Formats: sequence, C-alpha cells, structure tokens
Amino acid sequence: MKSIATKKVIVLTGNDAVAEAMRQVNPDVVPAYPITPQTELMHKFAGYVSDGDVKTELVLVESEHSAMSAAVGASAAGSRVMTATSANGLALMWEIIYIAASTRCPIVMAVVNRALSGPINIHCDHSDSMGARDAGWIQLHSENAQEVYDNVLQAVRIAEDTDVRLPAMVCLDGFIISHTIEPLEVNSDTTVQEFIGDFRPVHNLLDSDKPFTFGPLDFHDYYFEHKMPQVKAMEKAPNVIESVGIEYGKLTGREYGLIERYKTEDAERIVIALGSTCGTAKATVDDLREKGEKVGFLKIRCFRPFPVKEVREALSGARAVAVLDRSVSFGAQGGPVMMEVRSALYGETAPPIKGYIYGLGGRDINPDHIGQAFDELKDIASSGKSSDET
Amino acid sequence: MKEKGWKDLAIGGRIDEAGCAEKFETGSWRTFRPVRDEEKCTHCLRCWIFCPDSAIEVKDGKVTGIDLDHCKGCGICEKVCPPKIHAIDMVQESELSKEE
Ligand code: SF4
Ligand code: SF4
Repeated sequence: MKSIATKKVIVLTGNDAVAEAMRQVNPDVVPAYPITPQTELMHKFAGYVSDGDVKTELVLVESEHSAMSAAVGASAAGSRVMTATSANGLALMWEIIYIAASTRCPIVMAVVNRALSGPINIHCDHSDSMGARDAGWIQLHSENAQEVYDNVLQAVRIAEDTDVRLPAMVCLDGFIISHTIEPLEVNSDTTVQEFIGDFRPVHNLLDSDKPFTFGPLDFHDYYFEHKMPQVKAMEKAPNVIESVGIEYGKLTGREYGLIERYKTEDAERIVIALGSTCGTAKATVDDLREKGEKVGFLKIRCFRPFPVKEVREALSGARAVAVLDRSVSFGAQGGPVMMEVRSALYGETAPPIKGYIYGLGGRDINPDHIGQAFDELKDIASSGKSSDET
Repeated sequence: MKEKGWKDLAIGGRIDEAGCAEKFETGSWRTFRPVRDEEKCTHCLRCWIFCPDSAIEVKDGKVTGIDLDHCKGCGICEKVCPPKIHAIDMVQESELSKEE
C-alpha cells in the first residue's frame, strides 16, 4: 500500500463527511428513510446518486424497518450495503438490526445520535445507539467530522473482514457534529478504493448454482450454537479494528486505536467520555495541565466490542476516575459507559469511579462542567472512595 | 443423528442447501385443517397459486391432495377457492380427531 496520500482539505458538516465517504466507497445498495438529524446526509448522498457520481442503487423505502430489511436482503444477495439513521428511526429498525448481525451481513450504518422519545426531542444524546449496544453490531464513536469520515471508511474494512463479518455503526453526535462545518482532510477516490478493496460477499443468494437457505427457523437445538460464532466474531474484532486503524494511519497520517489516551500517562485523575464531548474534555485537560494539575482524558472510540484490556491499562495509574454518560440506563447502576468501565476494573486494584449523566436531549456541556468533575475527583482521590450515586 | 457443534455450522445461521423447509414438519401447528371436496373441485389451481406453504399437491395439472405435514391451516385456500365452487372447508382439527 502506498504511504501518505496527497492531502486535500475541505470543509464539510459531519453529515456531509459521511456522504462524501459513502460517495467514495460507492456501495452497491443504500436503502434509506429520512429522519432528523440524518436527513441531510441522505439528501446529499441522493444527489450523488442522481448526478451519476456513484453506481449505487438507492432504495427509498416506507420506513426504517423496511430500510434495514432491504439492507439485509441486499447484503444476502451479495452487495456492499450502507445506510444511516437516527433515534426513533433506529428504534424502528430494532427487529432487523439483530437479524443483520446474526445473519452476518457486514452492513455499515451511520447513526446520527439523537435522543429517543419521549418527550420528543431531535437533539443529541446517545440513548439511540446505547440501546442497540447488545444487538451484535460493532460501534465506533466519532469526536469530530474528520473522525466521522475516517471511521466510515474503516468501518467498511472492519465489517467485511473475514474474521469479523459483522455489521458496524459509526456514531456521530446529532447537530453538534452532523450540522457543524469543520475543515477535514479527505483522501483521493483511488486511495479509498484501494483501501477498502473489492467487496467479497459473505452470502450470494443470486448464485443459482449454489442455492442456500437464508434466515431459517432455529430452535433450542441450534439457536445457542448460532449465537456462539457471533460472540467469537466480536472477540476477534478488536485486533482487526486496531490493524485497520494502523493501516489507515500509514495511508493518511491519522492512526486509530480502540481508545485514545490524552495526557493520561502520569495523570492522577482521568475523565472518560465518547463522541463530541471528547474535544471539550481535551481542552479542559489542557487548561488544568497549565495550572499544574495532573489530569488526563480517555476517549472510548470503540464501544462495541468494549476495549477492556486497553481501558484497564490506561487507568492503571489513576487515583480517581469520572465517566461521562450521555444516556440513562433506567434502574441500572449508572450509565452504560460507566458500567462497562467499572466492570472492566473489577478484580483489579481499581481507583474509585464516579459516574455522571450529562447532555441529555442536546443540553450543552462546556469545559466548566468537566472542570467540576475533575474538581470532585480531587476529594474522591484523597478519600479513596466514591459514592454509588451517579 | 448427532447434532453439529457451533464450529461446523455455516455462517449466519444459513443452511447450504435449498428447499430444506420440506424436511421440517410444521403441520402440527395447525388449528384448522383444509378439507377439499374432490367432487366439487374444478382444478382451477387458485389454491395452489396462493398457498404460502406450497402445500397443495398437484400432478399433471390436477390437485391430488394437501400436504398436511406442511399445511399450517391459514385458510387462504378456502378464501381463494371460487365462491360458487366452494370446494374447500376449514374444519377444526379437534373435531376431526374426534371423528378419527
Ligand atoms: S390452509 Fe393455508 S397452508 Fe394449508 S393448504 Fe390451505 S393455503 Fe396452504
Ligand atoms: S381453488 Fe378450489 S376449485 Fe380451484 S383447485 Fe383449489 S380446491 Fe379446486
């Protein structure tokens, strides 16, 4: 593979960044249904289709349930398939996202994160994709439009890898990323095509010489056995995500891992988050570092599979940890990210952890809020105890 | 038959064989059984076209019977059979088993 490709910087919104990546991928089939804040993304991509910039068959369906059903059908027929959705649209896909994962269709879907109703709200939080965390999809989260673009391209490789063959969601914060214009580096079309390579279908239902039965009934005799390969594929995914991230780094100068450690090496207090808040948290760390405080930030890029080993390692020197969740898991012991982090540390000599729920329904989070969390961690670090309260 | 382990199964729960639904009997799920009157039937084959389980058996263009191992008793054949002919009646299985 060629090293660093020619750099081209353009300004795009997060939605445009997905559409641009999709244009370059040139998927065979894109079944789609509009929903705020994803609508603009598909609007842009539909433009590429009607201008003949891509050879994609754009299937305009009557609901998200149909969009995901068509995606599974097209994938089973041997096509490279992509789509996008948000919030209630993802909720309407629910039945079929599990089927996409269990039938091992490597569909790539952008999820423009938006709060799930009710009350009805169109702004960002992670209740949509967090609800889908057990569906069997890979989940990559993006800090900004650049990462959105890069994640979409890598997701194609990861999902289609012969060791993985699972669908992948690329999550981007609704409005905060999807509708904000940022400069970003894009690759040439040829670089993208070389990077993703030709599509090697998992299934090819249209091959009448080798007929097979897709999606048959499965009872207590084999259902369990059919879950096991899904588990194993998820277990193999971290290696693939890392090696694709390294390869992408060689190609573009932007390397990706499962997590990103920001000034954590000597940090006593560490804050953890995912999505657009990562940028705010890094700025807060910079401010506090200037004042001589030993603070750091840990970004979870890959939420599914959860990078247990990497998180453990990154937190091994910390004296107190705060986890920021942009969704609620009602009746549970904290937000979804918090529960994962705490489980990852169970049995280790773990620092006390405090969970925070923030930004529901698009409420702003600013450096002061994160500074406050770092402040509270001071007491927790010195007492060595956190409250169970999130 | 020894059951296969998870490593021996084809990817994604698929079965690398076509038409294998035939090997799986689903007729026991039925509540109502289609009973066809051979005398009335004109062999128009509407039931054969519409049956979602391909359970109407046909030979040389004539209905020869109903595959009760796969018929789920949905009643579509009764509904599509031309009303003037009305060759199919749906009868509750429990009534039939009493008779049997
Ligand atoms: S009842 Fe339904 S399944 Fe049975 S033969 Fe009639 S149409 Fe087919
Ligand atoms: S629809 Fe009625 S008349 Fe026509 S073939 Fe079937 S049973 Fe006979």
